[in-house]
Amino acid sequence: MNKRITIKLNRETRSVDVEPSDILLDVLRDKLGVKSPKIGCERGDCGACTVLLDGKSVRTCLILAIEVDGCEITTVEGLSRAGLTPLQAAFLKHDSFQCGFCAPGIVLSATELLGKNPHPSEAEIKEALAGNLCRCTGYKPIIEAVLAVSGKLGRRA
Amino acid sequence: MTQLKSVGSSPSRIDGLDKITGAAAYVDDLAFGPDLLHAEVVESPYAHALIKSIDTSAAKKVPGVVRVVTGKDFPYRFGLYMQDRFIFPTDRVRFVGEQVAAVVARDAKIAKRAAKLVKVVYKELKPVLDLTEALRDDAVLVHPDLGKYPRCPWFFPQAGTNIAHFRKTRKGDVEQGFKEADVILEDTYTVPRYAHCAIEPHAIVGLYDLAGRLTLWSASQSPYTQRHVFAQALAPLGLTHKDIRVVTPYVGGGFGGKAGVSMEIIGAALAIMVKGHPVKVRWSRAQEFYNTYQRQGVIARIKLGAKKDGTITAIEHSLHWDAGGYVEYGANVVNAVGLSATGPYRVPNVKIDSVCVYTNLPPGGPYRGFGYSEFHFGLESHMDRLARKLGMDPVEFRRKNAIREGDTLAYGAKMNPSGLHEAIDRVAAEIRWGQRESSKDPDKLIGKGFACFWKAPAMPPNAASSAFIKFNEDGSLNISASGMEIGQGYLTVMAQIAAEVLTVPVSRIRVEPPDTDRNAYEWQTVGSHVTWGCGNAVKAAALDVRGKMFEVVERALRLSRDSLYLEDEKVKCRARPDFALPFKDFVISGIQTPHGNFLGGPILGSGVFMPEFTSALSDPETSQGGHPNVHYTVGAAAAILEVDKQTGRMRVLKAVLAVDAGKAINPSLVKGQVVGGLLQGLATVLYEDIRYDLKGKLLNANFTDYKIPTAQDVPDEIVPIIIEVAQPDGPYGARGVGEHTMIPAAAMVANAVEDAVGLRVKRLPITAEKVALELHGIRYDDVKGAYMGLCFAGEPEFYAFRTTGVKKK
Repeated sequence: MNKRITIKLNRETRSVDVEPSDILLDVLRDKLGVKSPKIGCERGDCGACTVLLDGKSVRTCLILAIEVDGCEITTVEGLSRAGLTPLQAAFLKHDSFQCGFCAPGIVLSATELLGKNPHPSEAEIKEALAGNLCRCTGYKPIIEAVLAVSGKLGRRA
Repeated sequence: MTQLKSVGSSPSRIDGLDKITGAAAYVDDLAFGPDLLHAEVVESPYAHALIKSIDTSAAKKVPGVVRVVTGKDFPYRFGLYMQDRFIFPTDRVRFVGEQVAAVVARDAKIAKRAAKLVKVVYKELKPVLDLTEALRDDAVLVHPDLGKYPRCPWFFPQAGTNIAHFRKTRKGDVEQGFKEADVILEDTYTVPRYAHCAIEPHAIVGLYDLAGRLTLWSASQSPYTQRHVFAQALAPLGLTHKDIRVVTPYVGGGFGGKAGVSMEIIGAALAIMVKGHPVKVRWSRAQEFYNTYQRQGVIARIKLGAKKDGTITAIEHSLHWDAGGYVEYGANVVNAVGLSATGPYRVPNVKIDSVCVYTNLPPGGPYRGFGYSEFHFGLESHMDRLARKLGMDPVEFRRKNAIREGDTLAYGAKMNPSGLHEAIDRVAAEIRWGQRESSKDPDKLIGKGFACFWKAPAMPPNAASSAFIKFNEDGSLNISASGMEIGQGYLTVMAQIAAEVLTVPVSRIRVEPPDTDRNAYEWQTVGSHVTWGCGNAVKAAALDVRGKMFEVVERALRLSRDSLYLEDEKVKCRARPDFALPFKDFVISGIQTPHGNFLGGPILGSGVFMPEFTSALSDPETSQGGHPNVHYTVGAAAAILEVDKQTGRMRVLKAVLAVDAGKAINPSLVKGQVVGGLLQGLATVLYEDIRYDLKGKLLNANFTDYKIPTAQDVPDEIVPIIIEVAQPDGPYGARGVGEHTMIPAAAMVANAVEDAVGLRVKRLPITAEKVALELHGIRYDDVKGAYMGLCFAGEPEFYAFRTTGVKKK
């Protein structure tokens, strides 16, 4: 019953055998060794398992691996390979994470937002991040980091 | 005084790159290879039942099942302060979801399937679900063997009852105090249970190897305490401390929920049963809610008296805690509150009763604030109300009674240096206290609320910290201690303290999460004490290192150690300004003498800290005579709250919180604690609303139904204020702040609600639904339906909890 799927994972072509019932999150973590998407709730509430699927943020705990054959997936490992992105650097500077468990998912959701909308308002940032739960930071330092990056982009433009 | 360089700055977090690049590994991320086994537990569907039989035969036959374990395999008790909990109960279950067996299998899906085939026959017993029932003379007993459990000497369980512990504090003469009062206010406040909701669920991997060594990789705040509890529980099998190793990689949030030992004991037990194979136990989100610890519910009766001029004369504070099925840790929360429920005020006459009551609900335990958030809700609501009754401004009333250094605490010891007055004044100024704000929207009313807070670490008197420091060849440093990086920034703060002594920049210091085989001892990362306790140990270790550097320079180069000092990673000499010996030139390989030989060698240092002045021994009837708390951290907070009188929806327009950090080693991290803690506190009043059905089953064990705040729920503005009145025995004057920042939130909001719309809510939470109904003249209690969630809060006289339909008025 296994099916071989091929995806572009962090710009690298990877093939893997999956069962029809395999959850994408488990396949990423256990079969492909990408550990930054975290298991937090397994029902789409917390956003810790967020990745970019063809550029759009998705919760991998709600997706079957078999559905993503031929797709492109980016995790925070992929973002980090060429050094920190301006957003990651801003997260560091603003202490935008504490325990760090939600950080990969939040970085990806914010990356998606800035890709679509380089100068988001605070309300737009809050809305874009509302699907990623963080219990430590109170979100303020996260919002500040995104605003800081959008300001930088603004000056460049 | 010399200028501090590292302490007081905010360098990049030591764990920053790990966490922002995805490199940080948490327990569930560690690789154990294809031999890793997975466990699934079989859970009790009843809150209270006798176990008649367990049939594991069908489960054992499932291909891929390696082992099925029940209480017969492991008839052992465990517990931190009292051994009242069972690894797998053999005779009786005490809450819905309690583990009665576990299946270990080749993969998680098989384990899950097989666990469903374990047949357990129960005889259902009447569950004890409210405090009235629990406290009746003829109550059903949750622990018939209560008198037999080993416990610490400052717990007073009452065998033959459901009272697991009773802390009494008596000071002065309360009757006389109330006679002297011109105004007395008495009322009851109720705080329900809450869940920690760290985003990382508990997880543990255990490997009992073929040589008999037990290693546990645990998502924990308490590696050494876990090892100790495991060693106690597994002693019948011949395991000792040296046979057990606990490794704690990064942990994805704790908030007290990963302190002590909860589900981790299952991992240790299962590892023993499948010798030679690693086995993982990972909790689901639901299990995270009902089978770790919950914050305990409390019903608090407060009687407070004051003279016309606002001087408080007496307090009677009686707290009954719904502590759940096991209280091995939670009873210490009750204990801590029993010592400190005066709040941060001078009160000459004190009577506190803090009573820990067993119920058939999930075990209570430590949660950020350790009981203080709970009692501050009532006390700080009451302070506002008594002030208004006196015709006094609530902030002025607090300022007048605020505790000062040297004041006698409820248990007889003296108050430490305190910036409480400064905190009150600065918060009042920042929130523009006394100025009314209004909204352009006629449906929206704006109020302000204020609250003070204090909290002491609750630690055994011999809770110790220690640290090793070693140099590397290039003069960089490794610090090895066993505080836990739970997000608060402990690693960075330890590096800053060592950096201050040794002049090595934080960027050249490595601090790792603990491993009990390698890192120096630490009791556990709780009580907001590691900046203070571990910080003192690291500072002592750094001073030890410095002494050893001076010693070898003196011996090899004949420079008096009294003339030596450190600067910019070099040893320098006051007597010889041209002398500058870089650390990297000698800290590993020593210093060459003119004869060609080398003196010295690798520089290592160690440091220990234990609060030797504390004692938990005191008169059980009064709590006088001991010195149970090391010190209190104090502060004040206020909020501007907008309330929509149609929908009840509340928005925090501005929140201000001042905390006396003694010395902020890293101001950015302190501010992080203020903002994060405040939101966690606001959540307990505005959003989180735990609910059980009438048989004790938790109904909302997920984030869909148990709402924690999202990015859209943050206050429009948060102003953190750091006060620095030095703690004399703290590293550079520092004391802890981590838990404190959530303590004032609930009362501050309750007070603001009253200020805005005139509604006094005495039972948490204060949800929009509740406010809207009450503003429309509908009693929330009459319409909320048949569930429990308000902690069994009836009227104070009988604590009865009404559970049916709408009451006709």
